[in-house]
Amino acid sequence: MQEEKQSNSLIKQILQTISDNSLVPFLAILTAVVVGGVIIAFVGGNPILAYRGLIEGSFGSTKALSETAVWATPYIFAGLAVALAFKGGLFNIGAEGQLAVGAVASSLIGYALPEWLGYDLPAIIHLPLAVLFGVLMGGLWAAIVGWLKAYTGGHEVINTIMMNYIALNTTSFLLNGVMKDRSPTNVIARTPLIADSARIPPIFDGLRVHWGFILALLVAFGIWWLLNKTTVGFQIRTVGLNPDAAKYAGINVKRIIILTMALSGMLAGLAGTIEVTGLNYRHELGFSIGYGYDAIAIALLGKSHPLGVVLSAFLFAAMRNGATRMQFLTQMPVDLISMIQAFILLFVAADAIVRYIYRIKSKGERVVLTRGWGG
Amino acid sequence: MTEANIVLEAKNITKQFPGVLASDNVNFDLRKGEIHALLGENGAGKSTLMNLIYGLHLPDKGEIFVNGKPIEIKSPNDSIAAGIGMVHQHFMLIPVFTVAENVMLGDEVTKRGSLDRVTVAAKINEISKQYGLDVDPNALVGDLPVGLQQRVEIVKTLYRNAEIVILDEPTAVLTPQEAEDLFRIMRDLTARGVSIIFITHKLKEVLAVADRITVMRAGRVINTVQPSETNEAQLANMMVGRQVILTVEKKDHAASGDILKVEGLSARDQRDLETVHNVSFTVRGGEVLGIAGVQGNGQTELSEALTGLRAPTGGKVTMDGIDLTGKSPRVMTEAGLAHIPEDRQRHGLVLSYSVADNMALCDYYRPPFSSRGVIQQKALDENARKLIDAFDVRTPSPFVNAGKLSGGNQQKVIVARELSRHNVKLVIANQPTRGLDVGSIEYIHSEIIKMRDRGVAVLLISAELDEVMALSDRIAVMYRGQIVAVVDSKKATREQLGLWMAGAHVETTQA
Ligand SMILES: Nc1ncnc2c1ncn2[C@@H]1O[C@H](COP(=O)(O)OP(=O)(O)OP(=O)(O)O)[C@@H](O)[C@H]1O
Ligand SMILES: [Mg+2]
Repeated sequence: MQEEKQSNSLIKQILQTISDNSLVPFLAILTAVVVGGVIIAFVGGNPILAYRGLIEGSFGSTKALSETAVWATPYIFAGLAVALAFKGGLFNIGAEGQLAVGAVASSLIGYALPEWLGYDLPAIIHLPLAVLFGVLMGGLWAAIVGWLKAYTGGHEVINTIMMNYIALNTTSFLLNGVMKDRSPTNVIARTPLIADSARIPPIFDGLRVHWGFILALLVAFGIWWLLNKTTVGFQIRTVGLNPDAAKYAGINVKRIIILTMALSGMLAGLAGTIEVTGLNYRHELGFSIGYGYDAIAIALLGKSHPLGVVLSAFLFAAMRNGATRMQFLTQMPVDLISMIQAFILLFVAADAIVRYIYRIKSKGERVVLTRGWGG
Repeated sequence: MTEANIVLEAKNITKQFPGVLASDNVNFDLRKGEIHALLGENGAGKSTLMNLIYGLHLPDKGEIFVNGKPIEIKSPNDSIAAGIGMVHQHFMLIPVFTVAENVMLGDEVTKRGSLDRVTVAAKINEISKQYGLDVDPNALVGDLPVGLQQRVEIVKTLYRNAEIVILDEPTAVLTPQEAEDLFRIMRDLTARGVSIIFITHKLKEVLAVADRITVMRAGRVINTVQPSETNEAQLANMMVGRQVILTVEKKDHAASGDILKVEGLSARDQRDLETVHNVSFTVRGGEVLGIAGVQGNGQTELSEALTGLRAPTGGKVTMDGIDLTGKSPRVMTEAGLAHIPEDRQRHGLVLSYSVADNMALCDYYRPPFSSRGVIQQKALDENARKLIDAFDVRTPSPFVNAGKLSGGNQQKVIVARELSRHNVKLVIANQPTRGLDVGSIEYIHSEIIKMRDRGVAVLLISAELDEVMALSDRIAVMYRGQIVAVVDSKKATREQLGLWMAGAHVETTQA
């Protein structure tokens, strides 16, 4: 047939897919911003000033940019964790717990390994060890849920929530006990500082943004490649889209469910690990409150596409980072940001509202609900 | 016939999908109280035309008139309000709801804030009695056989006072008896003034029940004829645009050694009832063993137990001497099994994958489709182009999602993939031609016979007795989970097979 036309329209198709998929999230953000502005005005604030503060605070200076990237780093990893699970048909609400497990594990290696060994390690060995251990423990933690799902049918939503409680309370127990920083002045539940050899260096002197941010971008690309170009990704997507067809195709569905959860947990664990090795240099109770939950919103807003996840992680990071400046300029509480984020999520999830407001015809003109022979 | 008799008229309807002109200036009308059959090859645009009339798609151009008045149909709500009802091939019913709850869904009747099941049930009973539908409003839909579920869908349209009912391939999943019942119901409906559009690929049915027949091809209406002035061969010719051989040409062929050997196989269904009891048979290389039987006698569980989709509860299965009892689908395909599954959209396809990806669904991990764990998209596309050509799959390109193909073309994607596998020793084909047009059936039958002539063993499971008789070298009859008879197909008669299928007691005759 008309081959050239075909390949030409393929590029068009790809562009079409991108614009199709980003239209609703974009309009959801716009709507949330407008609604947020109305609310600011309603409580007597100046919305323009508030949003100016938000933008200045997140992009206004090199320091602001660096801080936005610092916030974005764990968001990208955790968002990818949730997105990958979505692709495999699993809802991982447990990123928060997996992240904590990863942080505890890598901080342990970070401060305790040299003590145990009795000598210092070179960074080239110590840092990868600390990161890998955190990643593995996060993966293992999530794999338990995958195993329960595959072999007992226990639902991952329930089990990841349960595992969150176990992880967070165990962390608290450890940080108040054996892993507590024993320096005489310390009263906080936190570990000692990790050794210099286990720290990720900053990219620029004087700014906090570190190489973990670059790693996050590389990992996002890697996940895209894994999902779309490899046989493992093919299996994950097939199980996610149609488990019956996956079984028919000879895919070991149970194994893929466990693998998907494990990979998802590894990414979440990486979020925690990178915060310890790149930013805080220790694990402190409560450092991440909410990363794992924001990650769900980020994955949804990014339509579970790695590129979408990176972009929405940036948006969330900018809002978190700019909030202080906004508060300074307008005396609007920082919580307002959480509210706008919640609106974004609401409009993305209930995309019918957005489509209605902007009169967008739903694409594919509503695919028939049936699985008909007659099609 | 005067103009006043026309209840529905579609004028100059055009619909363009990316790469396909699915409706090309179509004119179609329906008279009061008639059954108007719509025929056409796979992808001709039948379902599209109906979806346009029902409001599931919007036409690019054209007008629709109901009772002479132009109406604007933007969604099914508009068409339902205009008295149009549609029964899709696979039903939009919720299995855990009762019949009454399903019927009122979207149009709930409430009494002081809670659902008024009593009033609805009474109305269903009334409709049911009026048209002899025999539907119990309080039954759980999930417990009903397909034939009855379909009637629930019909009740649903009548409950909304439909005077025009569209049936899209209603008989593809029905047993012959259920189909007879449906035809009786259709005649009852037309006798009371309801008008019906009836889509099917079975020419015999068309000639038996239709008042008028319209044939479509490539998005256009080719002709509208009276059943009395045409015949099967002529209809087939109009549909496909060439002569179709309606009988299978099959030379005698010597079978070789046993390939598939099934000994004392048992299996249970979802409800944990044993629906396959102690079944034994063999299929030799170079022969087609057909399994005839009324649907629901254990054929589904038997084929699933033989293909790794369901664990057998007893017995032994070997292929070419290798024990495959309870092995996974992967082990079986590696040993040389090709499987055309019964439910194409549940097992056979990932609808949101491209045609190319679907055509490598079982072989994605092998060269040339992948190398060291990386998918080779070029090889996938090349393979798809070859198969699309060879099996005449009507698709604008290999990159289109399988879900966008017409029902019959989806089936062709699966058949093409399975019959072209690299190492086939045994084909298990369950309803391989369900939903296909006569031309495609002819082609797939000849492909199956070619496989047999190459020495491949074929196990054919089909609800179409004609298909079983035309293709098989031997025929086994399945009744209530057991093989009750095995006969040489040359000695088999329709009547005798029919008796066995209905459960007439027989001494198993080994052929
Ligand atoms: N939603 C859609 N998007 C793109 N193309 C479509 C869509 N629906 C149908 N088509 C195309 O329109 C053409 C007509 O399809 P349609 O389903 O109407 O065929 P049909 O006559 O019902 O065939 P069958 O007998 O196989 O069911 C096909 O080429 C199909 O690929
Ligand atoms: Mg159709």
